[in-house]
Amino acid sequence: MSVLVIAEHDGSQLSPGTLNTVTAASKVGGDVHVLVAGNGVSDIAAACAKIGGVSKVLAADGASYANDITENVASLVNAHVGDYSHVMAPASTFGKALVPYAAALADCQSISDISEVVDAETFVRPIYAGNAMATVKSSDATKFITVRTTSFELADDASGSAEVSNIDDAGATDWVQFIEQMLSQSERPELTSAKIVVSGGRGMQNGENFAMLEKLADTLGGAVGASRAAVDAGFVPNDYQVGQTGKVVAPDLYVAIGISGAIQHLAGMKDSKVIVAINNDEEAPIFQVSDFGWNEDLFTAVPALQAELDQ
Amino acid sequence: MKILVPVKRVIDANVRVRVNSDQTGVELANVKMAMNPFCEIAVEEALRLKEAGHADEVIVVSAGPDKAQETIRTGLAMGADRGVHIQTDDTLEPLTIAKMLKAVAEKEGTDLIVLGKQSIDDDNNQTGQMLAALMGRPLGSYISSIEKNDGGFEIVREIDAGLEKLQITSPAVVTADLRLNEPRYASLPNIMKAKKKPIDAMSPADLGVEVSNRLQTVKVVEPPAREAGVMVSGASELVDKLRNEAKVI
Ligand SMILES: Cc1cc2nc3c(=O)[nH]c(=O)nc-3n(C[C@H](O)[C@H](O)[C@H](O)COP(=O)(O)OP(=O)(O)OC[C@H]3O[C@@H](n4cnc5c(N)ncnc54)[C@H](O)[C@@H]3O)c2cc1C
Ligand SMILES: Nc1ncnc2c1ncn2[C@@H]1O[C@H](COP(=O)(O)O)[C@@H](O)[C@H]1O
Repeated sequence: MSVLVIAEHDGSQLSPGTLNTVTAASKVGGDVHVLVAGNGVSDIAAACAKIGGVSKVLAADGASYANDITENVASLVNAHVGDYSHVMAPASTFGKALVPYAAALADCQSISDISEVVDAETFVRPIYAGNAMATVKSSDATKFITVRTTSFELADDASGSAEVSNIDDAGATDWVQFIEQMLSQSERPELTSAKIVVSGGRGMQNGENFAMLEKLADTLGGAVGASRAAVDAGFVPNDYQVGQTGKVVAPDLYVAIGISGAIQHLAGMKDSKVIVAINNDEEAPIFQVSDFGWNEDLFTAVPALQAELDQ
Repeated sequence: MKILVPVKRVIDANVRVRVNSDQTGVELANVKMAMNPFCEIAVEEALRLKEAGHADEVIVVSAGPDKAQETIRTGLAMGADRGVHIQTDDTLEPLTIAKMLKAVAEKEGTDLIVLGKQSIDDDNNQTGQMLAALMGRPLGSYISSIEKNDGGFEIVREIDAGLEKLQITSPAVVTADLRLNEPRYASLPNIMKAKKKPIDAMSPADLGVEVSNRLQTVKVVEPPAREAGVMVSGASELVDKLRNEAKVI
């Protein structure tokens, strides 16, 4: 048995989700190898080699991999899949696009967003926005899996000493041409791996009011998130969305401000260690899952909280 | 240009879903069903491309039991031209669905296939990616905009770090994200008109696809419940609890 983990990175840094995925891979048993594809990846390959439990790093360096084009990375994975019983990637937009694509090339049925490894064939995954947990057993020769990163610890990124072997570029499709990325710039920690997340919903009323939450997040050293309603209304960019169809987070502290607590939102944050809700509707469903609820107008509560923390 | 839109019938997004008593799935008896919300967005986008003069025909296709025809009718009532029903009572996995959709797309000669990014029941997020792989056609996943141009389509994708713009050739497979559009409601006259639109029925075997599942559902259980905690009445109380009780700040 051997597991191939597909590393996720932005060209300069390995994503923490890759470390959670290595932990999931280690639970399968057998060797864990990491595949890194990129344009100029020697530093990232070296970082992968240091991950505890990883015995080999396959590095594909080439222009084909400059921008995570699904088709190109999938052909690369496909060229090596014969050697592996499992292929795993984080359930990020990168992994969610890649893994089913690569699975279909190998005539396999992928398994999305696993939250537990029961044994090498059996996995638990949330369905119906986390309203049910399904245990599924796969009969495929290679199991293609995306991993719910918040369900697995970070692997240590210092104790490993894997060999790095360079692999050939599997070529680039000419169907897809990269034009540009419009990335949200932020000094704050990345949402899915932040220890503290401050999220705002429709109750924030507009984008300007999110400045209050940014300040609060900065004081706490956290990231800023949002409900779908806040993103749809244009208060904040799409990459802030937490939920069933957005990002899944499980920080030590999640502060939901002006968010009602729809099931689709809860799906993305209910595994947080401590949940705080600030809402002026005492009936808001978010209070049913929060450890500390504060039934107050947010325009009173947030400045008061900020003042208290600033003291 | 011909556009194919695969649509799925799912439990309505507003229903509180419960695990059934024998732990084999969720309670489906007397539960309100609807078109998967992402499929509504996909149908809407296809209709907009047609209304903008880029397409001649929009075909909606659904695989599933007889009731899947209701979902096809919803698509027709929104404005799609005709339907295709792949009739089967079997449990379908995305790989099988993708194989059937490939056969339909090739038979119809479609230039664009617009799927939803995810079905809200199984939360798979797989079918569009698999279809693109099987067809050997470009994939535009999680799109928030699409424009037809000479080279094919210019798309914008919603990715974890922000947005990404790509040019892809035609024919292509794209999957709709939430911000692509706001789907229309079917008007009463259009619902009436939809009853007369044709739905072509066929079996998986007609499409040369054998339904063979790779995953066995061992059991389905409720997630661990979260208990409601306490209410606080002010900032100092909250900060004190976070610092000294929960120890998270
Ligand atoms: C297919 C599908 C996918 C979805 N995916 C997601 C997803 O991934 N993530 C997600 O979040 N949602 C998702 N949703 C949407 C979800 O169903 C809800 O509509 C959404 O979460 C509501 O956002 P909200 O809580 O900000 O808004 P609302 O439900 O409108 O709640 C606003 C809250 O703010 C409170 N409020 C208002 N003013 C104040 C004030 N001055 N002070 C204090 N409180 C105030 C109100 O009491 C209310 O509770 C999805 C829905 C569908 C159908
Ligand atoms: N049974 C089905 N019939 C037709 N299309 C489907 C079916 N299941 C899934 N799809 C399409 O695939 C998309 C993604 O579904 P999934 O991969 O199951 O999350 C849906 O939004 C539909 O567009």
